[in-house]
Amino acid sequence: MTEKTLKFDIAIVGGGPASIAAACMASENGKTVAILETSPWLGGQLWRSEFPRAKTRQPIKWFSRLSEASAKAFLSTTIIDAPEEKTLLAETSDGNLRIVYDKLIIATGAREIFLPFPGWTLPNIYGAGAMQALAKADWPVDGKRIAIAGSGPILFAVAANLRKKGAKIVLTAEQTDLMSFLRFGMKLPLLAPSKILQAVEYNSQLIGVPYKTSCWPVEAHGTEQLESVTFTNGKKKWKVDCDYLACAFGLTGNLELPRLLGCEIDSDAVVVNDYQQTSLQDIYCAGEPTGIGGIDSALTEGRIAGLAAAGNVKQAKSLFATRDRYTKFEKAMAKGFALRDELKNLATPETIVCRCEDVTAGQLSEFNDFKSAKLQTRCGMGSCQGRICGSAVKTMFGWEDKSVRPPVYPAKMKNLE
Amino acid sequence: MSDKVQIKINGKEISVSPQTVVATAIAREGISHFRRSVTGKPRTPLCGMGVCFECRVTINGQPNTRSCQVLCEEGMEIVTDD
Amino acid sequence: MSEKYDVIIVGAGIVGASCAAECAANGLKVLVLEKGPIGGGTTATGMGHIVVLDDSEAQLALSSYSQKLWNELAPSLSEQAEYVQCGTIWVAADDEEMAEVQRKHKLYTEHGLESKILDNKALLKEEPHLAETLAGGLLVKQDSVVYPPAASYCLIKESQKNGAIVNIPAEVKEILPEGAVVLTDGTKFLASAIVNACGWEAPVFSDNAPITKRKGHLAITERLEGFLSHQIIELGYLKSAHSATGDSAAFNIQPRKTGQMLVGSSRQNDSETSEIEHRMLSKMIKRAWEYMPSLRDVQVTRTWTGFRPATPDKLPLIGPDGDSGKIWIAAGHEGLGITCSLATGKLVCDMIMDRPSEIDPKPFSPSRYAKGKTQNVR
Repeated sequence: MTEKTLKFDIAIVGGGPASIAAACMASENGKTVAILETSPWLGGQLWRSEFPRAKTRQPIKWFSRLSEASAKAFLSTTIIDAPEEKTLLAETSDGNLRIVYDKLIIATGAREIFLPFPGWTLPNIYGAGAMQALAKADWPVDGKRIAIAGSGPILFAVAANLRKKGAKIVLTAEQTDLMSFLRFGMKLPLLAPSKILQAVEYNSQLIGVPYKTSCWPVEAHGTEQLESVTFTNGKKKWKVDCDYLACAFGLTGNLELPRLLGCEIDSDAVVVNDYQQTSLQDIYCAGEPTGIGGIDSALTEGRIAGLAAAGNVKQAKSLFATRDRYTKFEKAMAKGFALRDELKNLATPETIVCRCEDVTAGQLSEFNDFKSAKLQTRCGMGSCQGRICGSAVKTMFGWEDKSVRPPVYPAKMKNLE
Repeated sequence: MSDKVQIKINGKEISVSPQTVVATAIAREGISHFRRSVTGKPRTPLCGMGVCFECRVTINGQPNTRSCQVLCEEGMEIVTDD
Repeated sequence: MSEKYDVIIVGAGIVGASCAAECAANGLKVLVLEKGPIGGGTTATGMGHIVVLDDSEAQLALSSYSQKLWNELAPSLSEQAEYVQCGTIWVAADDEEMAEVQRKHKLYTEHGLESKILDNKALLKEEPHLAETLAGGLLVKQDSVVYPPAASYCLIKESQKNGAIVNIPAEVKEILPEGAVVLTDGTKFLASAIVNACGWEAPVFSDNAPITKRKGHLAITERLEGFLSHQIIELGYLKSAHSATGDSAAFNIQPRKTGQMLVGSSRQNDSETSEIEHRMLSKMIKRAWEYMPSLRDVQVTRTWTGFRPATPDKLPLIGPDGDSGKIWIAAGHEGLGITCSLATGKLVCDMIMDRPSEIDPKPFSPSRYAKGKTQNVR
């Protein structure tokens, strides 16, 4: 028997921008709302360090609106199971909690895609968004030489933010080629004019920072920790000395909960209708799990989901056009920054692919299917349950494992009952 | 009255601001690795958001706790895997 | 037309793999057919406990013979198979169960099997995390644990070294009494002997296999070196395993080389889906921390389910299926599949080669369930 069972009209899983927008809408439309967030703060990844006190315009506006709303936020609360209909089981810092809901909104955000390359497991190699989030949480970056690698406009944001915190950016390596990059840039006035201002802002902040397109890391070097990284442009290779490497190749939605619940998923995105409703009638999904699209998409989808779940169809409908505009931007992004083939083949047989179980590419290549590989090497069976190696094995071998079992995150035995 | 929080990392007493993430406190101590992998290799956080499990340390006797998802609290004892 | 094999093994779970290894080692021309990964069915879901059980003389004979074979095989297993002779402790909660401990000890001694009675103090010395109120237990040092999918893989590799052909994926449509196996894509293979080692799916290819699915739940914990040294089973496990009806949970925990622990066990007779049933999981873990209170704060990484292939008399089917003289069945091991796989392989090979076995195979003969005999089959 659980210690506590709480009932809400609308339960929202995740505490990032999409959740906050949904919570505000639903509350303002008279529903009782619970936000269930795994970390001890609200704001997700993009609004890190905006909680408990918001500092920038957009989060200030939304957190203020949230504080007026009657929504209840549960922090350090991790959903581990959905044991019965319309019920979530969560692990909290002092036990467990059952949340019974009428409607559920899933806004679990995204995680970064890591593609293994030799040396990528060395200490002081982080994701790109990870580096930014850590820096916002006061990670020591002042005076550190940082190389940034990956794909997309996020690299600018990361570089600018790190520079603000006193880091020395030794290189920003964008894997996409210059033509694709420029083509994307030319679409901005039509798709997302606000982004141009942002781009200009970043541009000014990044004067003097070496930025290269068609550039990616091929090996990280160091004995006990990172010391340098070899980059390539496809023609030549060169070594860059650095203290940290911030490197990731895009984002993928956190789909464990929708999978567990049985929501329809296609091409790594939860399938939703115009009202952000999933294939399960009482479950909605907003933000990155429905398709990677950044903060504006997330906020809009969150608002629609909150309104729709609360029954305010009219107002939800009024936001469709805005959302569609952001979807176009989303698609242009995906096209402009598609991953090049070379990134799929960076690993050597000795390169670790599954970090939890230290399984190498060589060990995996012995098998023809993921189930065999997983059973025999234990790849994907560790603590992260394939969250990190999943994208890697998909990219490298075309393998996918869609099985999700409780607990969604490791949880103490006493909290599983 | 100081609003700092007193914690211990690997036995060493240190003072941090409230709302400091445990992982940050560890990094600021110059600790070069958080845990050892199953084949004994040193590891530091990778994802910064609680999905990679590379930042696991022992907090108040509880092993395998993700340090990037916990805030420092008064009297907290943190041990990294050596 | 396809060439003829001496033996076709249908199913590359632990039992099929063992049959393949044994037959190939004896110079027979072997073909293995499997639709999924090697060791990917029930074999992948179980605990991999190599344990002697004494529900009946036959079970005791089969499991102890097989355990001996495992101990002999151990040095040649791969590192991935994680074979450890960690021993088993049967735990008694009260005096009534201590009497059972005494009985077991006597029986083992009579059969030349070593075991040691532990009182409360000795029990807690062996396993400090056990509940202090437990009466005692029986330590069986020669029991082991193994990681079954990797062990199956080793056995298959061994059979290949001796010339076995392994055809994966190959989905079998039917086994014909004249000595042929037909795949779903129409391919036909001929053999003098065909072994149905399909576990709970054996009835698909046989009318003489009263095997039903008995669902079990399992959980695996985080890595905790030094928490547990032996496989621990409560004596109530036997009641749970023996009962033909109802849902039950019985405490069973295993240390892995990785430092993780496997926690079980549960049995259900009427559940067909592989979904986790929260109330069964709950029942199982609550039972676990009754015996080991500190498990409450141990993190569980994942849970899953599996189907044991169960027969009405709790003994596997090992022997001829029907009268053709060409079809054999090796399935229905319930919770002793891993343990008894090696002995099963020996018995099957002995029968195919028409030579005597080290133990009496009669109790396992499928003829005990042949049509015409009155048996309550579900």
